[in-house]
Amino acid sequence: MSEILTLPPNLPKAQNAEVGASKFCPGCGHGITLKALAQAVDELGIKQKTVFGCDIGCSLLAWNYMDLDTVQTHHGRTTPVIYGFTRANPDAIGIAYMGDGGGLAIGAQHLVNATVRGERLMIVVVNNTNYGMTGGQMSPTTMPGQKTETTPYGRDCSVTGKPAKAAEMVASIADKEKSFVARSSVSNVIKLKSTFVKGLKNVQNGGFSFVEVLSICPLNWRTNNVDTFARLQQMEEFFEVKEFLAPVS
Amino acid sequence: MARTKIVLAGEGGQGVQSVAKILVEAGYEAGKQVLYIPNFGVEQRGGVSIAFCQIADETIGEPRFSKGNIVIMLSDRAIDRCAAYVDENTVVVYDTSVCTKKPEVKCKEIIGVDANKIANEQLSARVFNIIILGVLLAATNVLKLEDIKNAMEMALGKKFEAKPELRDLNYRALEMGMGMVGKAEAV
Amino acid sequence: MVNKLIKEDTKMFLTGNEVLAYAANSAEAEFMYGYPITPQNEIMHTWCKLLPKTGAGFLQTEDEISAGFSTIGGILAGKRAFTATAGPGNVIMQDAQSMAEMMRIPFVCAVMQRGGPSTATVIYAQQETRLTCFGGNGEGFRIVYSTAGHQDLYDYMIKAFNTAWKYRFPTYVLADGYQGKMREPVVLYDPASRGISMVPTEKYLLADGEIGIDRKSAHLRNTYNMEDELMEVLEGYKTDYEKMSEEVQEWEEYKADDAEILVIAHGIVARSARTAIDELREKGIKAGLFRPVTVRPLAVKPLREAVQRAKRILFTESANGQLAQMVLEKLYGLNTPYDTLFKMGVGVTGDDIVNKVEEMAKCSLEVSPL
Repeated sequence: MSEILTLPPNLPKAQNAEVGASKFCPGCGHGITLKALAQAVDELGIKQKTVFGCDIGCSLLAWNYMDLDTVQTHHGRTTPVIYGFTRANPDAIGIAYMGDGGGLAIGAQHLVNATVRGERLMIVVVNNTNYGMTGGQMSPTTMPGQKTETTPYGRDCSVTGKPAKAAEMVASIADKEKSFVARSSVSNVIKLKSTFVKGLKNVQNGGFSFVEVLSICPLNWRTNNVDTFARLQQMEEFFEVKEFLAPVS
Repeated sequence: MARTKIVLAGEGGQGVQSVAKILVEAGYEAGKQVLYIPNFGVEQRGGVSIAFCQIADETIGEPRFSKGNIVIMLSDRAIDRCAAYVDENTVVVYDTSVCTKKPEVKCKEIIGVDANKIANEQLSARVFNIIILGVLLAATNVLKLEDIKNAMEMALGKKFEAKPELRDLNYRALEMGMGMVGKAEAV
Repeated sequence: MVNKLIKEDTKMFLTGNEVLAYAANSAEAEFMYGYPITPQNEIMHTWCKLLPKTGAGFLQTEDEISAGFSTIGGILAGKRAFTATAGPGNVIMQDAQSMAEMMRIPFVCAVMQRGGPSTATVIYAQQETRLTCFGGNGEGFRIVYSTAGHQDLYDYMIKAFNTAWKYRFPTYVLADGYQGKMREPVVLYDPASRGISMVPTEKYLLADGEIGIDRKSAHLRNTYNMEDELMEVLEGYKTDYEKMSEEVQEWEEYKADDAEILVIAHGIVARSARTAIDELREKGIKAGLFRPVTVRPLAVKPLREAVQRAKRILFTESANGQLAQMVLEKLYGLNTPYDTLFKMGVGVTGDDIVNKVEEMAKCSLEVSPL
């Protein structure tokens, strides 16, 4: 038994072994997502030329999670920092990592314009349908009827509008020949990793990639394991998990 | 201290800023100290357009001045807008064929010119501002005709090359303008 | 590397915005990020027009927020990058500027002040002085050069890059709409011909060497968990800032040695003050000028000395005392009386200052004629 406990953790090379215990809440989807992302970076062998940017919100806790050159920026501003970087250093592979608030609310103009310009980076929006770090408020992707701190009686779409569908929006405005746009989920880690690999490959080829990751937030959702994944399944029914755009290579 | 302060004001589209640019360019090429501020607003066209120009022998301090030595008003709105730049040492020039009123200001001298009418009837509406440039050249008397012609060549040289008759038209406009003030010195 | 266009002293007749673009090129700036706002547009226009010759980079972003943050991105890549803005653009760019301040990023920005608050005018003001010095949620660890004409624009734009990269604090050229749009002669030069060498840049991310072999991965952050942790970082910045202040502070005095009435002004208002002072001296009034060139940090010692020599002070600005407020704080303990001539968002002319000082001289029994 003690031998099993002392086995070294099987960490991807692009993950920071020195970080110790994760600062994410127990059960958080960020750990799964970041591990899949690190595995994708390993698989492509691009660790030495990848810049990783993380946002404000729970994603900021990724500031030292990866063994990648990392910058933690302001709320919604990871996209411009990273495209600013890749414009200045076209050899770099840029990853802008953020939540649904950073991507779709406060940073929506950057998402729209980076997509339209076909900036050379992969934007990852981790969608857990609420603002986690600030205590669980409604976000653009909060599900109809979902209770949050600012929709304590459930999201009433007649007042708030319907949840934003990021991947669909991005796919509708992206250059089809150069863009990879997909929605994936933490329920299928192997698929999540292969999606990141495709996205990063497309950036390597000079394209723009967008990956929305359906994720879980048991703490703010106030759900146990079973309910957490049941809700994730509901999300997968509402937000279609698929590749929306993939350039023919 | 030789410093000439000029305010040139008209409607957007009258070519006020073009004239100011040629004037200060001429001053610069002639080795004078020059400073030019276009008064620009939120509109690209329309509205009163004002140019503040200074031509001096010594280094120019203040970029904006309170009172001009010469204030040229090319529309009713320009008259209203520019009365503030006039004092008892100012020579005021206004276009009688555009303005419907005479500037009511206490000043050294008021000169009325009919540049717009002459441009339309005798030359071309397009050289209205060049007539004004001639007026300005004569009224300020700090630059030579030759300096202005060189600056015009720099600004309009390409157009002149394409249509040589334009050069002649502009020169005639310039000279007519100078004649309007009466004390022109053609060098 | 970019191609420098100015290889020898070249006298040109330019607008201030054009001067700034040339200066950035002479400083070997490699990238400009920007968003259109009057009255700074021609900096971008000129920069873009020169691109085929300079080989530099440019990105027109979706707003000033992105212009600020993408400038930071370019700097993190080790490029001598810059941006320019004005008015409401400067307001929303504070988001990026405060990140640059916190992360010691050598952010360079030309601010061409326009009237405020809000959209106000696109023309002219000195109403972004406080914002540029102290904007953002921070302590104003910034260097701000207030220019008074085209030669200043050229000199200080070049200097801004070196100050920023040497000390790693955001550095600004604070000008205004008049300077941006006005045309006057200027001498452009190769900085090397003046003994100026450009401080080398450095890559913050993707630096040389392999992660895990030559170096560790870089983890740059601006978020801190503990309040003590934050204060320790900021105390370090404060020490650096104070140490640097003596080295970067610049000021100009004009006939201030024996001045009984000392005009304190910055930017082109200081230039109007010079015209006024000559006229006042001719009239027998001993006026002089103290002009802070760095409005942040202020040259406190020479400022206090000049004020102590004078009998009265006149603060004049195209704002409601934004510089005066910063200066007065540094004059604590002195009791020299002061007057003000503040014209919000409007140019101060030489005549304005002459009239005001004459009035002061008449009122004040203490001020004796020459």
